[in-house]
Amino acid sequence: MKTVYLDNNATTMVASEVLDEMLPYFHDYYGNPSSMHSFGGQVAHKLTEARQRIAALLGADPEEIIFTSCGTESDNTAIASALANNPTKNHIITSRVEHPAVKVLCEHLAQKGYRVTMLPVNAEGLLDMDEYEASLTADTAVVSIMWANNETGVIFPVEEAAHLARERGIPFHTDAVQAVGKIPINMKSNSIDMLSLSGHKLHAPKGVGVLYIRRGTRFLPFLIGGHQEKGRRGGTENVPSIIGLGKACELAAGNMEKENTYVRSLRDRLETELLTAIPQSKVNGNIEKRLPNTTNISFEFIEGESILLLMDQYGICASSGSACTSGSLQPSHVLRAMGVPYTMAHGSIRFSLSVYNTAEDIDLVIRELPPIIAKLRVLSPYWATSQGACATA
Amino acid sequence: MWEYTDKVREHFLNPKNSGEIENPDGVAEVGSIACGDALKLSFKLDENKRIADARFKTFGCASAIASASALTEMLKGKTIEEAMKITNQDIADYLGGLPPEKMHCSVLGQEALEKAIENYRGVSHKKPDEEIVCVCFGVTDGEIERAVRQNHLTTVEEVTNYTKAGGGCGNCHEKIQAIIDRVYATKKPEEGPLERPKLSNIQKIRMIEETIEREIRPSLKHDGGDIDLVDVIGNRVLIARRGTCATCQASHATMKGFVESKLKEFVSAELIVEEVAS
Repeated sequence: MKTVYLDNNATTMVASEVLDEMLPYFHDYYGNPSSMHSFGGQVAHKLTEARQRIAALLGADPEEIIFTSCGTESDNTAIASALANNPTKNHIITSRVEHPAVKVLCEHLAQKGYRVTMLPVNAEGLLDMDEYEASLTADTAVVSIMWANNETGVIFPVEEAAHLARERGIPFHTDAVQAVGKIPINMKSNSIDMLSLSGHKLHAPKGVGVLYIRRGTRFLPFLIGGHQEKGRRGGTENVPSIIGLGKACELAAGNMEKENTYVRSLRDRLETELLTAIPQSKVNGNIEKRLPNTTNISFEFIEGESILLLMDQYGICASSGSACTSGSLQPSHVLRAMGVPYTMAHGSIRFSLSVYNTAEDIDLVIRELPPIIAKLRVLSPYWATSQGACATA
Repeated sequence: MWEYTDKVREHFLNPKNSGEIENPDGVAEVGSIACGDALKLSFKLDENKRIADARFKTFGCASAIASASALTEMLKGKTIEEAMKITNQDIADYLGGLPPEKMHCSVLGQEALEKAIENYRGVSHKKPDEEIVCVCFGVTDGEIERAVRQNHLTTVEEVTNYTKAGGGCGNCHEKIQAIIDRVYATKKPEEGPLERPKLSNIQKIRMIEETIEREIRPSLKHDGGDIDLVDVIGNRVLIARRGTCATCQASHATMKGFVESKLKEFVSAELIVEEVAS
């Protein structure tokens, strides 16, 4: 059975060009880039190249790139550094829909005594910028707001938010893990101080991330040890993965156009056809301000895990915001923050595409999902009731 | 991804007895859409008062659907009395086990069964004495207590897995712990004549002091003696002799025996008196 992979916001396939570029650095060129001999030195040259490629995708200077182990490390490092550099300030601003790498960290900091403002979102998942501006105070040590939401794909105006923070001298961090490679980013034209990205979301391997730190931003390292990354992040570099990430960023720059035309059209067709074929279904999140690869659709009166497992029979991979899949007993915190009713939140499915998806992939979902939804609705005690209500209304 | 047994997968992919029975003998609906799973169960009896047909409708995950499907299969051919004996563990066992986090699906099945039988018997299932402990999922103290007793649950996390209580805001964790403590505190010993309730340390010390004051000290003072309570460690009561008792070697054995017998009588049979240097 062919795998139809529509879960690219969870992780992506390592591109074959990326893998090819990585492979020599496991067995043949295994030197330590910090070594004095040329065997290690040639590896250091490849790291320099990777740093340049990553910087190019972000419109950044290579000096502003620090390699980390993952998006979570980048997020934690950025926030911890900002707090350590502003020891007299006690206020953190973030949003209610952040990834756990930021959300749980901020909850943890709140327990330690920091005052944390978690900005709400509206029914479409959008921030109220007036409310954001009003929350900026002289006591604010850092703002951390995601660029694009992993569950809905909704894009936040982080450049505008960073500008408002800059005017007040407040450091601004963004978790751009879902945005990098999908929408154009140019750090030369914004005021964002720190930005996190993760390799495995853009066809590089798992276990490598980047923290962008704008030149001139005060910084304190999170991992203290060797002189790697100019003392900003100790630990021997994950050489093959960093080289892979460099290649992935180069590919992403070349695929940006395709993301926003080809992938977008696949996503739009999937969404439109499903909404047409399946009654009482609805998109979660603003339709316009959204990543081109993501759609989050709720199918009323049924539960997401059941949908996922039945789609699994056809090799279709997606995600759900239902309680049974969120690892807790509550549905996704993102959908709850948006006020999506329980009848809808439990039955939400996220499809996230990549440039490697085909029209056939989309055809398969459009063909197989409507009968799956119908089958589960026949089992649901609420479906008949709702239909009866509609019929008599 | 959940590790489901083949049996769970089979009942999920091809559920048995889905639907509703027209004019059922017993019917019940438990759970809610807010909670993430709900089950409507109906059954019909044959002329011999055995369950001829049982049907379900489920809103929920794979294990909720499989649990309901399994339950309806288990019910067929049973009398009401036999059906009443089915526990959530029986449903889980029938499916070859459920992941710990999914045990609440089997509990939902048992609840639906009980309420459907109550419906058949015309008994109201309202339990006015029960108090909602978990507001997020609407779970009562009675439901938690029963899950704790039946499944020998000892932690809040286990209670959440079985009943969902405590899985939302988490504000009720202390109350759940109190219910667990209560269940094990009042669990009577299998044998032994003692029926006295288990005491907390504070209660025990208070009762020891009262007993000394009321039952022991007056007798000792009569002879110009006294004792002090030094400490209570578990069931060991440490005392020190005072007054004439302190120097009277002969009093040692008799006094220890006297104090101990009084404390055993009025406080707890498990107490042992030990004398310590003041």
